[in-house]
Amino acid sequence: MFLKQLSVFIENREGRLERVSEALSNENINIIFLSLADTNEYGLLRMIVSNPEKAKEVLRNAGFSAILTDVVAVNLPHEVGKLKNMLGAISNNGINVEYMYSILSGMKSGALAIKTSDNEKTYKLLKENGFELLKSEQVYNEDN
Amino acid sequence: MIWNEARECMSRDEMTAMQSARLVKLVNRVYHNVEFYRKKMQYLGIEPGDIKGIEDISKLPFTTKDDLRDNYPFGLLAVPHSEIVRVHASSGTTGKATVVSYTRKDIEVWQECVARVLAMCGVTREDKVQIAYGYGLFTGGLGLHYGVENLGAMAIPISTGNTKRLVTLMKDFEVTAIACTPSYLLHIAEMIQDEKIIDDIKLKVAICGAEPWTENMRNEIEKSLRINAHDIYGLSEVVGPGVAADCIHHKGLHVYEDHYYPEIVDADTLKPIPEGEVGELVFTTLTKEGMPLIRYRTKDLTSINYSLCECGRTLTRISRFKGRSDDMLIIRGVNVFPSQIEAALLEMGETKPHYLMIVDRVNNLDTLEILVEVEEKFFADEIKELESLTKRIAHTIHNAIGINAKVKLVEPKTLERSMGKSKRVIDKRNIE
Repeated sequence: MFLKQLSVFIENREGRLERVSEALSNENINIIFLSLADTNEYGLLRMIVSNPEKAKEVLRNAGFSAILTDVVAVNLPHEVGKLKNMLGAISNNGINVEYMYSILSGMKSGALAIKTSDNEKTYKLLKENGFELLKSEQVYNEDN
Repeated sequence: MIWNEARECMSRDEMTAMQSARLVKLVNRVYHNVEFYRKKMQYLGIEPGDIKGIEDISKLPFTTKDDLRDNYPFGLLAVPHSEIVRVHASSGTTGKATVVSYTRKDIEVWQECVARVLAMCGVTREDKVQIAYGYGLFTGGLGLHYGVENLGAMAIPISTGNTKRLVTLMKDFEVTAIACTPSYLLHIAEMIQDEKIIDDIKLKVAICGAEPWTENMRNEIEKSLRINAHDIYGLSEVVGPGVAADCIHHKGLHVYEDHYYPEIVDADTLKPIPEGEVGELVFTTLTKEGMPLIRYRTKDLTSINYSLCECGRTLTRISRFKGRSDDMLIIRGVNVFPSQIEAALLEMGETKPHYLMIVDRVNNLDTLEILVEVEEKFFADEIKELESLTKRIAHTIHNAIGINAKVKLVEPKTLERSMGKSKRVIDKRNIE
């Protein structure tokens, strides 16, 4: 029901991001989406990759701190107000969005990865409210 | 002015006779009252009767900071607890502080020695003295304070933390003397220059200590503030500030050797080192009652000079400090051991943390930055958790060492490891 997001700690200096992508490409792992949260001193790289478990091991072996986190993936049609409706369904139930980023974008719809204070409940609420939730196999294929 | 001419100018023979008599009494006292010393002496096969004079001091065992920690907090007392009127404490090498206990007489001797220092620096009862050391368990504030009152000058317990207020009061009160760390005084001097009030400042002398400094720093202080600056030395284990200080000739620090007997030994072999050569400074507290120390290893490296000083004092002199024989750092006047940082980080996780301390001096104030490798047990996928981790580490370190450090998270395995062991400290301050 959730996507496996790979989170990596990188220092905010030249070449670190490249080193991550290099380690993954050497092991034939594809980065499908990524989002980078930056601070003065470090960045937090969040990625959806093909084969997350293997990617985590690859990065650990390359000396990075990497963990896997569950995120909810929801598909939203490109219609005014859809995002507001979706967020309302969550926040009206006392759930806080920790972070969110865009993972797919097409002509008719776009998808978001969301981490909330309660992922399980978020998934349930969105499903009840008729939102289209993406399964991992719709986004990445672990056999790749 | 010489505060106690009878003591500060006695002949070498008189001094040796006094030291000998005091050492014999001291050894008797600790042998009968402190189990730690009795056991150590018995182990070496020495009895109090074997110590007949100061020349026998090398027969006695050394005492270390670890001994103080092992006997924490009151195990080395030579008097009943009811005789103790005050305690102070300084950093231990790990979690436990080094605790020192004073009887009423110990406080009297201490304030006598601080008064000697102040008089040597030209301070009189006409002076107004700002004491800009921390008050509390640290010996700096209260040590200077009692000395100033004993001398009869006006003590202004300004303490540390608010430089703006310090400078305002310095001007308004027409302060003539200040006691603080030399780096803090440079910081104060900058503020005085920025505010262009040097002509309103009546300061004439500074008594600086609690951290190593250089001739260059002294020249800079003296020039920018148009004052004399003196070096005061001490360590809480022995008593606090006032163990030694330099006179107007600035050719070494006169040691109050009628109370604190100095030796210089080779830090490795522990054998005595000839006059003039650098080694580890060792003190025996000849008159202390509460917690006497026999041959306490200070880990401070210096040399000794028995020649007579132009000022007329016959007291022996130790040179400016040449460093430490251990890894202790002095940051903003506070003693810091890397092992304290390690112990604090260890509290937060289960495995040994990798860290690097970067000490620097910015605008004459010491800064401490601690790089900590973000291992997976610390790592989270949210910025706010990493920020809170940073704060938690800074808080834990502040609790451990008493000063604020800037904590910076770095990637695992990026801190240099040499011989399988991490390099723990980079000190960018140039105080050699």
